[in-house]
Amino acid sequence: MDASAALVKVLREEGPRVLAALVRYLGDLPVAEDALSEATIAALEAWPASGIPDNPRAWLTVVARRKALDLLRRESARAGKETAAYRWGTERAKDEIEEVIDAMETESQLRDDMLRLIFTCCHPALSREAQVALALRTLARLEVDAIARAFLVPEATMAKRLVRARSKIATARIPYVIPSDAELPDRLAAVLVVVYLIATEAHAPTGGDSVARVDLEAEAVRLARLLVELMPDEPEVLSLLALLLFTSARTPARSDAEGHVVTLANQDRDRWNREAIAEGSRWLQGAVSWSGGKAGPYQLQAHLAAAHSTATSWAETDWDRIIELYDLLGSVAANPVVALNRAVAITERDGPQYGLAALGAIVGMERSHLWHAALADNLRRLGRTAEAAEELETAAALAPTEGERRLLLSRLLDVRSEPA
Amino acid sequence: MALYVALCYYNRDRYWDEPPETEFSPEYTEFARRATEAGVMRGGEALHPVTMSTTITVSGGRGGDVMLTDGPYAEAKEVLAGYFVLETADLDEAIGWAVQIPAAWRGKIELRPIAPHHA
Repeated sequence: MDASAALVKVLREEGPRVLAALVRYLGDLPVAEDALSEATIAALEAWPASGIPDNPRAWLTVVARRKALDLLRRESARAGKETAAYRWGTERAKDEIEEVIDAMETESQLRDDMLRLIFTCCHPALSREAQVALALRTLARLEVDAIARAFLVPEATMAKRLVRARSKIATARIPYVIPSDAELPDRLAAVLVVVYLIATEAHAPTGGDSVARVDLEAEAVRLARLLVELMPDEPEVLSLLALLLFTSARTPARSDAEGHVVTLANQDRDRWNREAIAEGSRWLQGAVSWSGGKAGPYQLQAHLAAAHSTATSWAETDWDRIIELYDLLGSVAANPVVALNRAVAITERDGPQYGLAALGAIVGMERSHLWHAALADNLRRLGRTAEAAEELETAAALAPTEGERRLLLSRLLDVRSEPA
Repeated sequence: MALYVALCYYNRDRYWDEPPETEFSPEYTEFARRATEAGVMRGGEALHPVTMSTTITVSGGRGGDVMLTDGPYAEAKEVLAGYFVLETADLDEAIGWAVQIPAAWRGKIELRPIAPHHA
């Protein structure tokens, strides 16, 4: 890693922690964000010459506090900010060394600050879109243009979304608090959904050309790691990290040299990241021991991903186990996608006529290319090639990305060349 | 502390059939009593049905032509039936009170922060 990459890494790792502490002092996310941005620019200017400080977090905190003071002074004409500016003004008189010591948060204080920030960014009073954008900007410290690219919206749109979200936090007074024990399960679930959505967008982009967005996938894993660090005894948090590690381990095999989609059945399993799979297995074990036998939806999904990740081939997959897991998942979090994946497993275990029946029983997937592609697969295995071709045409028309459309069209060509 | 208005929306038909001042009155009285005792209540009123509304617009700036329309501004399925003004420390606390307003389960509540006055 070169010097500037190391620098960026430090900034991105320490940034959220510095921000979380700043928000506690200020009670104002926009000012804290602006102050940290300015401190980051200062670091990028100073550190290449001086080297990365021994305690980069303290350095950033001190500089960010001063920047915040400047910002608040500039804004002090606005009512309500004056007291904050005054408080900061008096603090500034302190000896600089004292200031540095003061800036070093205790680990438990820092943990609480981070949790408060996370739960605020994922507060249910914010739209899901806003929660995702805030998580990537505020918690992952991703630049606005990068977030905009990841979600295929213009940069100005993403910037506006972030401004509106921060302004709602301030105006509607969404509190910076860790939810009470009674609220925690729901609020934690909301946080996990945000990270899961980022991973899903990375893994199955809703548009664009690439098969997966590796950068966004890495961000989701990073956020999941952060959650594990902060909540190491929450089984669903550990399970989510495990799940994301299993899925991201397959990314190198999900497209071929030409950039075409390769489905799980046909992937070259030697290209899977074994290290990530091994790490995922360790976190999943941890989740199992913390959950006391009561597996949540992320744990079940992680078990499913693990079952695929440890199978030597598609044919050697333990379909009994997969179907059992889908049945359990369907009982805690029933949805048509779960039913679809279960039907695919039924095809492999019991044959296409049973898979077809299972697919036919699913309601609400008429607009999904995956459902039509699965129907086509079963019809083709049953020799009903004309119907299979029809389903593939529908699937290709519904495919969200160019890569998936190409894959479905190439299957369509194969089916058409088969005798009816 | 922050001020919020809890706007109570009802389905138009339902509101018409069951005006809140008769049917839901005891529940509302109960809520108002508890919120007042907790020092959260800063006001509130029930409104007559939207069929009693008059919508006013002045075209061409101040002093322009006055246009009056019978009925509500927006022909929505949900109509504003009343409101409460609540003063709480933050949104979570305000939500904690809003869920106790009967409109929350009979219709919907929109919780909106009140902008402070600038003297």
